Amino acid sequence: MANPIVKYENVHKSFGEVKVLKGIDLDLMPAEKVAVIGPSGSGKTTIIRMLMTLEQPTLGSIVVDGKNLWQMEKNDQLMDANEKHLRQVRGDIGMVFQHFNLFPHLTILENCMTAPIHVQKESKASAKNRSIEMLEKVGLGDKLENYPSQLSGGQKQRVAMARALVMRPKIMLFDEVTSALDPELVEEVLTVIRGIANEGKMAMVLVTHEMEFAQDIADRVLFLDGGVIAEQGSPDEVFGNSENERLQSFLHRFRR
Amino acid sequence: MITISAISDIFPVLMQGIKITVTVLIASIICGYLMAFIAGFCRLSNNVILRKFTGLYVEVFRGTSLIVQLFWLYYALPILFGFDLGSDFWAGVLAISLNYGAYMSEIVRGSILSVAKGQTEAATALNMSSFQRMRLVIFPQAVRMMLPEFGNYLIQMLKATSLVSLIGMTDILYYGDILRSSNLSQAPTVYLLVLVFYFILALPLIWLTRRMESYSKKGVASQ
Ligand SMILES: Nc1ncnc2c1ncn2[C@@H]1O[C@H](COP(=O)(O)OP(=O)(O)OP(=O)(O)O)[C@@H](O)[C@H]1O
Ligand SMILES: [Mg+2]
Repeated sequence: MANPIVKYENVHKSFGEVKVLKGIDLDLMPAEKVAVIGPSGSGKTTIIRMLMTLEQPTLGSIVVDGKNLWQMEKNDQLMDANEKHLRQVRGDIGMVFQHFNLFPHLTILENCMTAPIHVQKESKASAKNRSIEMLEKVGLGDKLENYPSQLSGGQKQRVAMARALVMRPKIMLFDEVTSALDPELVEEVLTVIRGIANEGKMAMVLVTHEMEFAQDIADRVLFLDGGVIAEQGSPDEVFGNSENERLQSFLHRFRR
Repeated sequence: MITISAISDIFPVLMQGIKITVTVLIASIICGYLMAFIAGFCRLSNNVILRKFTGLYVEVFRGTSLIVQLFWLYYALPILFGFDLGSDFWAGVLAISLNYGAYMSEIVRGSILSVAKGQTEAATALNMSSFQRMRLVIFPQAVRMMLPEFGNYLIQMLKATSLVSLIGMTDILYYGDILRSSNLSQAPTVYLLVLVFYFILALPLIWLTRRMESYSKKGVASQ
């Protein structure tokens, strides 16, 4: 069996006195699709933000493709990673946010092509071509010169996905990417994610409240509760009849 | 009284002061903005000493009057430290730009801080370095917030240039004062013309401010 592309080992996270995560162990395989569910405030967002280097674990380690994300070795000593180290390790990770976080001063096309040009040192022409291709793929080929403020929520979120995808990440993180959208716009975004998932190349971690969607595309579902992974398994196992009572009552609230 | 013949006598005299007023203004604008950015970024630096030191500068220059600062630079510094700025021109420019730079550095700092946190996070997720995040994402958005406020300070700096007449620089107000002291009855005409001069100089600045405001609205409505 292949090596995991991401490995969390005994990861803890506190904000001040509040212990949010109390020992997360998690292996993510290349191309594996993992859905993370759990009550509000259980730390789902925090789990993926630590992988994206937006939040530093209080304890434990996260290893990405064999490299320790938050620690580096210097003169045979383990120390906190500096920016250079973080940039080396997080290059294969992309993230889509709940509130899109598009760059409002740039056009849709510029939103997509800026990072390939400046971060990956790709030529302008090639970055532009690939960005246009990617925007066409998410159905926004006719909006290239528009600014984010001129788009609907669903369109913004599709731009955000294109922007992350042109960086060709090996791991994509999705943080409740449909929960800020009007209900009628949710499906267009889920369709795009399904398309990406079906290509099968990337590992994906999806924090979501869309249970049917999770069941549909995930290889594995994690139920986060009380600061730990309280239950995990295939969608059938988790959404079927797990014996975990907290999970049952959590799921119950989503069924009409 | 205000007569046409008095106006035609006074007008050419005041004209001689325009060059000084305009050069002091332009130099002060350039140095003032430069100071605003330097101090604004220093206040955001990770270096505590730099941050504290710049904070002290800002508070001192905002908390005391410009005219006293001008006299310090022009009269007191050379005597205290044997340190001479070399000319009344640089004393004037430095006083105005340090003073307005202090105010405007707060605009720089505030604008940068007010760019949404999600912007930094999105840029980080695209693996930008902290310098790239500032240059490509944060700063361009912050500048659009700064511009309208910077515009207001342009006109204030123009008004402040008149203080350099107090250290003997021959600007518009200086010539106005000379005319008044040689013939007090002309004072109304003299100062009416002085007002007109300053207002005419302000017109391009007002226009520029409007341009800056409309530019800053372009394409940046919140996401
Ligand atoms: N920067 C922060 N400072 C302080 N507390 C934080 C911070 N970020 C998160 N928290 C707290 O950590 C806990 C977990 O937050 P997190 O956003 O990971 O939960 P979540 O499972 O994603 O919740 P939701 O479903 O509401 O998005 C919450 O109690 C939250 O208030
Ligand atoms: Mg969350």
